[in-house]
Amino acid sequence: MIINHPLLGPRDSSEFVYMGDASLIERPDPEAETAASDFVEYAYLRDNPASWLRELWFHEGGDRSWLVVTRNTVTHEISQVEMARDVARSKGRSK
Amino acid sequence: MSQVNRLDGGQIDRAASFKFKFDGKDFFGHPGDTLASALLANGVRLMGRSFKYHRPRGPLTAGSEEPNALVTLRDGARAEPNTRATTAELFHGLTARSQNCWPSVKFDMMAVNDAASDFLAAGFYYKTFMWPAPFWEKVYEPIIRRAAGLGALSMKEDPDEYDKGFRHCDLLIIGAGPSGLMAALSAGRAGKEVILADEDFALGGRLLSERLEIGGASALDWTAQTVAELSSMPNVRLMPRTTIIGAFDHGIYGAVERVSDHLAVPAKGKPRQILWRIYADKTLLCAGATERPIAFENNDRPGIMLASAMRSYVNRWAATPAHRVAIFTSCDDGHRTAADLHAKGVKIAAVIDTRAQAPQSFDYEVLAGAEVSNTKGRLGLTFVEVKLADGSSRTVECSALGMSGGWNPNVHLTCHQRGRPAWDSVLSAFVPGGSLPQGMSVAGAAMGDFTTHGALLSGAKGAADALGIKTADVPMAEDAPPKQAAFWFVEGAKRAWLDQQNDVTVKDVVLAHQEGFRSVEHLKRYTTLGMATDQGKTSNMGGLAIMAELAGKAIPEVGTTIFRPPYTPVAIGALAGRMRGMEFHPTRLTPSHVWAKERGAVFVEVGNWLRAQWFPIAGETHWRQSVDREVAQTRASVGVCDCTTLGKIDVQGADAAHFLNKLYCNPFAKLAVGKVRYGLMLREDGIAMDDGTAARLAEDHFVVTTTTAKAGPVYQHMEFVRQCLMPDADVQLISTTEAWAQYAVAGPNSRALLQKIVDPEFDISNEAFEFMACANITVCGGLRARLFRISFSGEMAFEIAVPSRYGDALMRRLMAAGEEFDVVPYGTEALGVMRIEKGHAAGNELNGTTTANNLGMGRMVSKKKDSIGTVLSERAGLNEEDALKLVGVKPLNRAEKITAGGHLMAAASPVDAAHDQGYVTSAAYSPEVGSMIGLAFIKSGDARMGEKMRLVSPLTKSEVEVEVTSAHFVDPEGGRQRA
Repeated sequence: MIINHPLLGPRDSSEFVYMGDASLIERPDPEAETAASDFVEYAYLRDNPASWLRELWFHEGGDRSWLVVTRNTVTHEISQVEMARDVARSKGRSK
Repeated sequence: MSQVNRLDGGQIDRAASFKFKFDGKDFFGHPGDTLASALLANGVRLMGRSFKYHRPRGPLTAGSEEPNALVTLRDGARAEPNTRATTAELFHGLTARSQNCWPSVKFDMMAVNDAASDFLAAGFYYKTFMWPAPFWEKVYEPIIRRAAGLGALSMKEDPDEYDKGFRHCDLLIIGAGPSGLMAALSAGRAGKEVILADEDFALGGRLLSERLEIGGASALDWTAQTVAELSSMPNVRLMPRTTIIGAFDHGIYGAVERVSDHLAVPAKGKPRQILWRIYADKTLLCAGATERPIAFENNDRPGIMLASAMRSYVNRWAATPAHRVAIFTSCDDGHRTAADLHAKGVKIAAVIDTRAQAPQSFDYEVLAGAEVSNTKGRLGLTFVEVKLADGSSRTVECSALGMSGGWNPNVHLTCHQRGRPAWDSVLSAFVPGGSLPQGMSVAGAAMGDFTTHGALLSGAKGAADALGIKTADVPMAEDAPPKQAAFWFVEGAKRAWLDQQNDVTVKDVVLAHQEGFRSVEHLKRYTTLGMATDQGKTSNMGGLAIMAELAGKAIPEVGTTIFRPPYTPVAIGALAGRMRGMEFHPTRLTPSHVWAKERGAVFVEVGNWLRAQWFPIAGETHWRQSVDREVAQTRASVGVCDCTTLGKIDVQGADAAHFLNKLYCNPFAKLAVGKVRYGLMLREDGIAMDDGTAARLAEDHFVVTTTTAKAGPVYQHMEFVRQCLMPDADVQLISTTEAWAQYAVAGPNSRALLQKIVDPEFDISNEAFEFMACANITVCGGLRARLFRISFSGEMAFEIAVPSRYGDALMRRLMAAGEEFDVVPYGTEALGVMRIEKGHAAGNELNGTTTANNLGMGRMVSKKKDSIGTVLSERAGLNEEDALKLVGVKPLNRAEKITAGGHLMAAASPVDAAHDQGYVTSAAYSPEVGSMIGLAFIKSGDARMGEKMRLVSPLTKSEVEVEVTSAHFVDPEGGRQRA
């Protein structure tokens, strides 16, 4: 596969390490009353759709960026590649 | 033997002769020959035996789709089994042997299988070898393996090199027949970057095998001119001898280039083969078509082959399979073969055409509306029996028979991304359809354009459409509309072969149908149709047609099995490339490696690293002697160990402390500058991930260490936390593992030794530089260095780091300066012994199943802050009363052995999983204790000090009585490291 890195352009997927569902960015609030069950869901439960999935890829053999790649798990078509840092900010994460 | 079947003409170089050997016998051929064409020219039709029935076989084809003529090429370590004689390029000195026959290809003992064929029909293995189960491994399988199977490996190391490479292009053209050449010409003239790949050693595809005209001249001349023009274009790369083996995601193609397979030995410095990864913006598949055989009784005898293959042998290689030949055809194409052979002076015994309206000839007899009902000749065809249109029978004497059942487009690569071909009812064949791999289009015969003019035109148009360029002018060529009607098998035929390589007959397909195996995928697996190394290129369609008829369905309703890469078999060597032996992964050497080698160190692989395991000295004959000495001398005076391999990550920025506080479960925010702290990282599920130290060199600068094994994953995790969880934190990370050479200097004399190295302005006395201190210093008169007062051994100890290029010099300096203290270098074994004696956890304890609580560090997990893994580490299941706790064990009888991996049982309980109390993770001989010791996880272990337990290892059948102790065997109060 070829991943179109937002900073570096098209790169072969062999330069990357895959970590699955990008929902890992949405780490629950540890202070919430439901923190215990929120974290169980966060750590263990993943959707496994046969269609579009937003996933985390780490450019280990490159600039060490984490990317959010929107990929169709059936056809391997990639529709969007974003810097994970920008996605995290858009989800309200800060420090 | 002379070349009795060699004709005039052909594209071979008669000026030169190649001597070669087949089954021990000498023959001659010419440059331009394949092994198969040279053997046929020498009158050899019999080239192998079939897989199951050991039937005598000759070549069916003249290309890579060959199921029969598989030979072992070359001798010794270079011997290559299952090579298709039809694609093996002849070279001087070639040696080949037939396979799957004993004692010889002409007299094969296992041919008894053929007589017993009634018992070996479809599903034979499934039905026969069902029970008793243990017989499978010991009795059935060895027998089957010996009787069946193809060629054997030499079991010697391949002496040749294989390579890998990457190429990019605007247009990849697969196949250099008329459509591929025309496409390359169009794209090349338009200035596009083009790769034209073909599996053959000569470019031209079918044009090389035909007597055709293009633009009013010989097609061979047009081919030569076109190839010459393409060769002159710097933007066109011609890749003959290159098979595109698979179409992968996003326009990536795998290709195997056979660089040296046509030479006896590769030229010096050249690889045997190269595995290319080709990145193509657009791809034009011009893979041509494969002729279909016809299934009739005993259609597998040597001498029976595809009519188009005969045409190739006669026109291209001037080698006829026999001097008296018959043709069995269901379409006009068979007549073309007859005409070509006749023109070359080969006697056509008859053309047997299944159609009542067959075209007639003045040159030879045509039997219209007739069928071949049987054949004779055990080691080679002698005559065929023909059922004439009026129902009567006739015998036609011939030594070769060409079969022509129409053509199938080579759609394989269009299906590698799960595309399904579409049925073309005019051609009675599958053509590319559905969704093709990204960027791919198809031209020429592969698309069903079977005329030469159609191929040229669709090649030019295909290139133009793909690249947005003007369609090139196409020269005139033969444009007769193809007439091909479906004719798959002769009614009533039973032992009529569909899949010659896997010995699947019409009868087998009928049987499978009767027994309920009616989906194509079931048929394939039950009968093994199409499962051989040729992947059914000549057999699948026939099988589908018979299934369809049995089921009363149309072929497209039955469907096809899925074509998968590779298109043709690929040598494992090509896939491995240079990653063999020590080159399987990179080898990382420590800064003291050269010095350690000079000292005669024994090395051990730790991940990619080579580390000194111990340093034997004269007189030591057992590793334990060396390791015990290194431990004793370190604890008595001073030892030095290279610990460069530990991961080192520089963490800088205003939020560095805040960041580490999130990363480690224990607090870091208030760590003072100039101090080091042990840190434990958890995974988000609460399990321990890794441990190490973080040294605060400045308010906004930390140096973090990781274990050797986890250096990569921890760095990745830290980047995840930084970028995905704390995107606005002012913190930067860089791995500096290889930038610093780092040595542990341990033992009571470590300070005294270092004082000789560290520049005098730096006070490293205990008062000025206490336990867990760190500083930027200089050594040896101004060299910048980092000093950490940390201890893995439990002794007074330091770790000193200098830029890597000074690592070798520093080690030599330490040894020289330490001479007066009897300094000893120690390796990873002594390191391990001392950390086990001290009770420090390492990889064996941080094994992906243990928590801070298990490790005895439960209280370290800060409740006052959030860090990765804290929430889930508090789950009840991880904190039960009888949770495993890290403790020590030692044998009651000092002579007995502690086995890592052994399980602990209470003094009087059954030995089974239900009574398991825990397990030993690390074990070593402790010179300090005077016996073996171990670290173990035991249920409520911290409350069981002094308990006598049994350490059992059913695997080694051992049982040892042990006592539970503290994990800290040495200096439990920690006085030494603080000294």
